[in-house]
Amino acid sequence: MAACIFLFCILYSVVVNVQHMVKAMEDTVGVTVFFDEGLSEEEIQAIGDVISARSEVADMRFVSAEEAWESYKEDYFAGMPELAEGFEEDNPLANSASYELYLNDIEDQQEFVEYLESIDGVRQVNYSEIAAQGLSMVNSVVGYVSMGLILILLAVAVFLISNTIAITINARREEIKIMRMIGATNFLIRSPFVVEGIIIGLFGAGIPLVLVYYAYSYAVRFCLSHLSILSRILTLLPVWQVFQVLVPVSLGLGLGIGLFGSWFSIRKHLRA
Amino acid sequence: MIEFEHVSKTYDKATDRETKAVRDVSLKIEKGEFVFIVGNSGSGKTTLIRLLLKEIDASQGIIRVGGTDITKLKRKMIPRYRRRLGVVFQDFRLLKDKNVYENVAFAQRVVVTPTREIRRRVPEVLAMVGLSSKYKSLPSQLSGGEQQRVAIARALVNRPEILLADEPTGNMDPGNAWQIMKLLEEINHMGTTVVVVTHSKEIVDKMRKRVITMKHGVVVTDREESGYGNEN
Ligand SMILES: Nc1ncnc2c1ncn2[C@@H]1O[C@H](COP(=O)(O)OP(=O)(O)OP(=O)(O)O)[C@@H](O)[C@H]1O
Ligand SMILES: [Mg+2]
Repeated sequence: MAACIFLFCILYSVVVNVQHMVKAMEDTVGVTVFFDEGLSEEEIQAIGDVISARSEVADMRFVSAEEAWESYKEDYFAGMPELAEGFEEDNPLANSASYELYLNDIEDQQEFVEYLESIDGVRQVNYSEIAAQGLSMVNSVVGYVSMGLILILLAVAVFLISNTIAITINARREEIKIMRMIGATNFLIRSPFVVEGIIIGLFGAGIPLVLVYYAYSYAVRFCLSHLSILSRILTLLPVWQVFQVLVPVSLGLGLGIGLFGSWFSIRKHLRA
Repeated sequence: MIEFEHVSKTYDKATDRETKAVRDVSLKIEKGEFVFIVGNSGSGKTTLIRLLLKEIDASQGIIRVGGTDITKLKRKMIPRYRRRLGVVFQDFRLLKDKNVYENVAFAQRVVVTPTREIRRRVPEVLAMVGLSSKYKSLPSQLSGGEQQRVAIARALVNRPEILLADEPTGNMDPGNAWQIMKLLEEINHMGTTVVVVTHSKEIVDKMRKRVITMKHGVVVTDREESGYGNEN
């Protein structure tokens, strides 16, 4: 039981961190929208307003033709300003004003790109399909696998706890029989076992929480000090952020499993 | 007080063939009566007791206790109904790890009696069954007769209207058995309706009470101030 909650916590930590990293990578994958030649600033502005009003859009940035040229120069003519100077009067990227978009959910990308392409005045939409598909697949695989594991763990935990309670109940079978003959209500007969189940459940959740807390804090410190090169993608979520979910969920699970497991195993002794 | 109207009980499912443990039994026991139920092994005596306890449901017929038709009793009402009965079994069914006092007090705790009332009432019933001096003993330190007295005290502590006893002297020597029967008679004199299932011919013959004889699930004789009967 404790082992189950322990695994659950570990699993949860891994899942949220993977998802966190996936999200972080998603943020670097954007969509760029270019416009038809000769479109005025006002028209581009108007299209921008429409796009940014969409719910899929997390963030949007306007890149003017001048900015595009500046960043292009930095990338390709670095150290050779005289080469770039030849273009000074006539921006070769004159029609390259664009919007850089970041989506809330990368899974929407395909549909959203189709929408963007259908807008009047949009010349081209650049995006990375493979990155999007890869990321959203990782995301959903991690989601499904962890959901499956959590379900199995829950079932095992319920089984274990109702087994534990069943042993206690068995030891006190005579007592239960006598209580029923005397006219004890089911509530009265059930309560001590349910209380026991809940206590076991809470302990079963509390102990792994403490263990995971230490393990996770260690992992965070380790990553910060030894893996700083990777830290751009490989940042672990801070301890408090993971535990503000883990603590209530684990305790709730422990309580629920304890309640459910003991209720379940006492039930057959209360019939007739 | 107790009324059976054409009651039948068929045990099924557990075995291949159905067992008609009780067939079309009709009988009436008045408030304050003392009744023996006798009959051969397997004649359905225990089944009658279990029907009264609502441990099993009748297959047919109506059972009324104090005016209530218990065959129609809602599940939730069963505990409340059982509190009106006291039960004693052949094997005592005491809690082995609790002493005499606790075993009796337990029955009061189960029906949520205030501690002050428990402290007053338990010594009272222990005195009634003659066990005042042994209140600290564990069941294993008592004789069979004494253990049955504890069980009787437990059955009485909540002042039931009816006391049901299924072979209460089954495991005892005649001397002890006789004392237990006398105790049950005393309890009956204080106003409780008492129903006793027994195999003890001597006791039934000596007590001269109403005797209901069962055979193959049927009531064959029902006589006032009777003996065990000549069939055996
Ligand atoms: N739970 C059960 N399932 C199936 N059959 C049962 C069950 N309990 C009793 N019987 C059958 O019902 C019949 C009556 O049993 P019951 O226990 O009422 O007899 P009894 O008169 O109390 O016998 P004894 O004097 O030996 O205690 C018997 O044939 C018995 O085998
Ligand atoms: Mg019997």
